[in-house]
This record gives sequence, structure tokens and C-alpha cells, in this order.
Amino acid sequence: MYTSKEAALRAKNKPAALGPDLDLNQYSRRPKNWEPCPLSDLSEDILRRAFEVGVVPEEKSRSATFFQIDHSVIFKAIQDAFENKIEIMSTREALKKYDWLKNYWWKIVKVDADKYTALAELAWDQGYFIRILEDQKVMIPLQACIFISVDNLNQNVHNIIIAEPGSEAQIITGCTLHSNVHRGLHVGVTEFYIKEDAKLTFTMIHNWAQNFDTRPRSGAIIEDNGVFVSNYMCLKPVKSLQMYPVAYCRGKGARARFSNILYGVGDSYIDVGSKIVLQNEGCRGEVISRAVATDRAQIYARGLLQGEHDGSRAHLECRGLLLSDEAMIYSIPELIAKVQGAELSHEAAVGKIAEDQVQYLMARGFSKSEAEALIVRGFMDISIFGLPEDLEAEIRRTIGITTERAL
Amino acid sequence: MVRNILEIRNLSVEVSGKRILNNVNLQIPEGEVHVLFGPNGSGKSSLIMTLLGFPAYKVVTGKIIFKGKNITSLPTDERVKMGISVAFQNPPAIRGVKLGEILNHLIREESKINELLSKVKFPPSFLKRDINLGFSGGEVKKSEILQALAQNGDFIILDEPDSGVDVENLKVLGGAVNELLRDRSALIITHLGFILHYVNADMAHVLINGTIVCSGSPVKILGQILNEGYSWCMKCIQVKKQRCELKINQQL
Repeated sequence: MYTSKEAALRAKNKPAALGPDLDLNQYSRRPKNWEPCPLSDLSEDILRRAFEVGVVPEEKSRSATFFQIDHSVIFKAIQDAFENKIEIMSTREALKKYDWLKNYWWKIVKVDADKYTALAELAWDQGYFIRILEDQKVMIPLQACIFISVDNLNQNVHNIIIAEPGSEAQIITGCTLHSNVHRGLHVGVTEFYIKEDAKLTFTMIHNWAQNFDTRPRSGAIIEDNGVFVSNYMCLKPVKSLQMYPVAYCRGKGARARFSNILYGVGDSYIDVGSKIVLQNEGCRGEVISRAVATDRAQIYARGLLQGEHDGSRAHLECRGLLLSDEAMIYSIPELIAKVQGAELSHEAAVGKIAEDQVQYLMARGFSKSEAEALIVRGFMDISIFGLPEDLEAEIRRTIGITTERAL
Repeated sequence: MVRNILEIRNLSVEVSGKRILNNVNLQIPEGEVHVLFGPNGSGKSSLIMTLLGFPAYKVVTGKIIFKGKNITSLPTDERVKMGISVAFQNPPAIRGVKLGEILNHLIREESKINELLSKVKFPPSFLKRDINLGFSGGEVKKSEILQALAQNGDFIILDEPDSGVDVENLKVLGGAVNELLRDRSALIITHLGFILHYVNADMAHVLINGTIVCSGSPVKILGQILNEGYSWCMKCIQVKKQRCELKINQQL
């Protein structure tokens, strides 16, 4: 048996299967040192940026908060009412506190998958540990923000989220950067454990910059009757973003759903897939993706459903909207059935804005550009995330700012 | 003298190079409700798309005068803002665009929107539905009338407001249309004329092969069409043509 460090060392030059191969030496490993402080002490600029990715400064509207800037954890707190229901801390602290956590560390995502996972092991910069305790239904969302404040920084976080049996929670997580950060690399490893009868909805919003690279690496294991809902949204430019998270529906009746909303702008290169493996009876999976490409953006929208058990079922829906002749959308839906009784299906459609829709809205008094903006915004509507009404309205407001500016 | 709210003069229209309207002439005086009959494919909906200025409908000759202004080359949104309300026959579904968003664009006050909703018997939850996505036939018609009410124009265009609607919904729709048309002018396309039970129309026109071939009393014309079909109108064209030829021959 190799240790994860040894495995990482052997993989440290291994290119990823997808996406541009990045030279890891081009980024800085010199963060700014941040001391822990209340969120209200952070500058207006940081708070505004965090707000745009769904992270709010008012602690009362969140059951727990985790805030990391560069390589330092600056804030973590749980509202009094949720003490003994949830745990939130840095993964470094959690690994010290719980010896058993090593059984969850690099157990879904492989440390030697590629040079980025290897980097996250060899140059690990915190990340959050979130645990919803058994049978706790947490009705107010938890939030985590991973922030970058230094230009050209490399930041590698490793997060662990455990939803214990019978628990339920909503997590909002936002990754973003300071307005004077233009380049850099964020690697985010996240391992999700959804135990029996637990339900976790994880909504992640990314806001990067035109010369910034990012390589999230996520995986989830869902036990009997567990439900994992993963929502992802990226509306700002990015130099390159490549990820292909996977959910293993391991228990009976386990369910997984991925919804992705991607807005490719400028010269963005976006390669986002979602993979669901159905390994037991009654497992259900769904992948929904919406990709809008404008300017010279290139978007690869992938989806892979793998049926390994009789009586499992999954569907993949991939829609793309092309707003420029210099942009490109490449939609790649894949179905792998390994047993006869697995029912897998997909639909994919890529096109431009439908003329009849524009005319219909113009006949209601919208100008042509208003009509087109409305259609594009509608196409990226977050109601596909299936969030609770309040949270949906709140995220709609925060991303409204982004889309308004983008369109 | 009553002024025409809409005047169509010698209008000929092509779609993808194919002639679909031929020398159409039509005047609708202010305050009058006119009905347009015609067999499938005769150009009724095309006339409406042309009135609204949809780009695929190229005006080859003629002009459209609305409230005394030549609107033939105006974009759609500017035309409707001059006071046109419209209910489409087959509106497109638009994913993620809510009925409520469209209504909010037309009406600011929420109380007014709720008032309109109750007129077509829609629950407020309908505002959050993606427009026309998964709507039943009746829901499409109600949503169109609702939007036309919200547009609050003084010239109303209704394209088949009664097709595919059950008796129960027809009553609701009839009531709403009746209110919509109060003290206003309108052009209504109807196939079977059910809506005419709820509306007092002043004049009817029959469109065949892109040309208005006959105009007159709505009740009389509808009666003839229901009894004899459009073959009666075709005969009428031939009779007129023969009379015309006879006249020319006599003059010669």
C-alpha cells in the first residue's frame, strides 16, 4: 500500500483526461496572511464578491458559515440553535479531531487521478469539513466561501461533507476572487458521503476571471434511500474550467441529481460533465445541463449515466444556446448499460435563440434586445435546481446582479 | 365622421418568396369589431403576423395605416405600444420565462394582475409557470386573453380565441373577451364562430387564397359557411367574376 503522499508524488505530472494541460509552476504559492475575524470586519469589496456567489454576511440567515481566504480559514461559526446538530470546521482541524476521518479522505476521489488531485495532496490548503449529525433536519442553509485575494495564487482545498443517516441539509458554497485577481489556479477536491435516508442539496456558484484556471474534483457516495442534489453555476468568464464530478448511487433506492448552468463569455473554455453510476436496485439519476455560449467561448457539456443494476433508471437532459458564431458548444451525452434492466435515456439540443420566441415577446411590448435577454435568462433559470422557495428567491437576486451585467 | 383605427391598403405579402396575401383591402372604423373567416391556409394568421410586423412576412406592396400613421415598416414592439393587444392561436413555449414576468412588464400594480387572473380563473400560482410550457389547450387560450387584457390596447387582435376549448372554459373565455372588447375595436379570427355568441361583431370578411373575397353581416356569412362550407364563397367569387366580365363585355 502506498500512502496518499506517495501516490500523489507519482501522479504529480500526470495530465488530466480532459481540459488544457496547465503548467503548475506558473502559479504563486505565496498567499496573503489573513487573521481570523468576524465577517463584518471584511472589506466591502470582499463581502460584495461573496454575496454574488450566494454567501451572505448576516449570520442569522445561515445555520453555519465557513470562510476561507487564500490559504487561511478566517471564520467558522454555527448558530446557537444548531449546535449539536451540525459541525463545521477546516478539514485540517477535523482530521486532528477525528481519527476516523481518514477513512473518508481520498476514498471517492483518487489522489492520483491527475496532477491536480496530486497537487491538492502535496500542497493542501485547508478546505471545509461539514457534518450533519444523525436525524438532524437543518432547515436553514449552511454556507461556505472559498476566496482568493492574491493575483496568480494557487489554492488547493480539500472538502469533506458527511450527511449522517436520516439527516437533511442545504449547503450553499461560493468560490470567488478579489477584483484585482486576474490569474491563478483553484483546485477543489470535495468528497460527499450521503448515508442512509439522508438528503443533501449542495449548490455551488463559481465566479472567476478571464485568466483564471480552475479544476474542481468531486465525488459522492449515496447509501440506501439517500438523496444527493448537486447544483452548479458558473456565469462569469474563466480561462479554463474542467470538472467531471461523479455520484455513486451505492445503496438501494439511492438517488442523485446534477444540474449545471453554464454561461460561457469572452474566451472562456468550459468543460463540465456529470456522471452518475447506478449500483443498486431502485437507484435513480438525473443530469440537467444548460449551456449558453457567447463571444468566443467554448463549452463542452458532458454527461454519463452508467447502469450497473437491474431496476435502476436515469435520464440526462442537455440543452445549449449558442449566441455567437465564434462560440462553440459540444454536447456529449453518454449512456452505458451493463445489465439488461437498467433504463437510461438522454435528450440533447443545441441551437440559437428561437425567432418565434423573440417575436412573441416583442408582440408583448419587449424590445428585441429585452426579449433576447429574457429568453437567455429564462434558459438559465435556477428553478431547475429545485431549491426551497426562499433560497431560490435569494439566489435569484444575487445571480440577477451577475446576469444583468453579463447580458 | 368615424375615423378608421386600422386601414389596410392593397397589401401583398410574401413569406420565403411565396405570395401569401394578395391585394388585401380592409378598413376597421374606430369602435367596430370585425371578424375574419376563411378556410385553413387562406392567410388569416399571416395577415395578423403582417399587421404585427413579424420579419418573415415581407410586404411587397401596399401599406398598413394604424391610427392614421403608416406602420408598415415599424418593429413589432413599437406597433403594439401604439395600442394593440393580441391573443395568438399557437404561441411558443419559452422555458424559464414566467407568465408573471410578462404581465409585470405590462402592468406594474400587483392588485391589477390578481384582478385579471381571477377574470380567466387562473390561480396566482400560474404566474410562476413557464409561459405556454405544458399548458393545456384551454390554458393557452386563457393565458393569451389574460395577456391581451394586460396589454390594454384599444385595438384587439384575437386569433382563434375559441378553438380547442371545452364548453366550461368557453364561457369563461367568452366573458373575458366580452370585457376585453368593451368600447374597443377588434379583428377576430374564428373558425367555428363560437366566440360570436359572446361578442357583437359589426362586420365579417372572408379571406380565400390570400384575398378578401366577401364582406358583410357576420351572422349571415357565418350561417352560410356553416351550412354550405367555403364552397359557397368560392361560388360567390365565380359569380362576381362572371358579373364583372359581363359588365366589361357590355361596356365593350
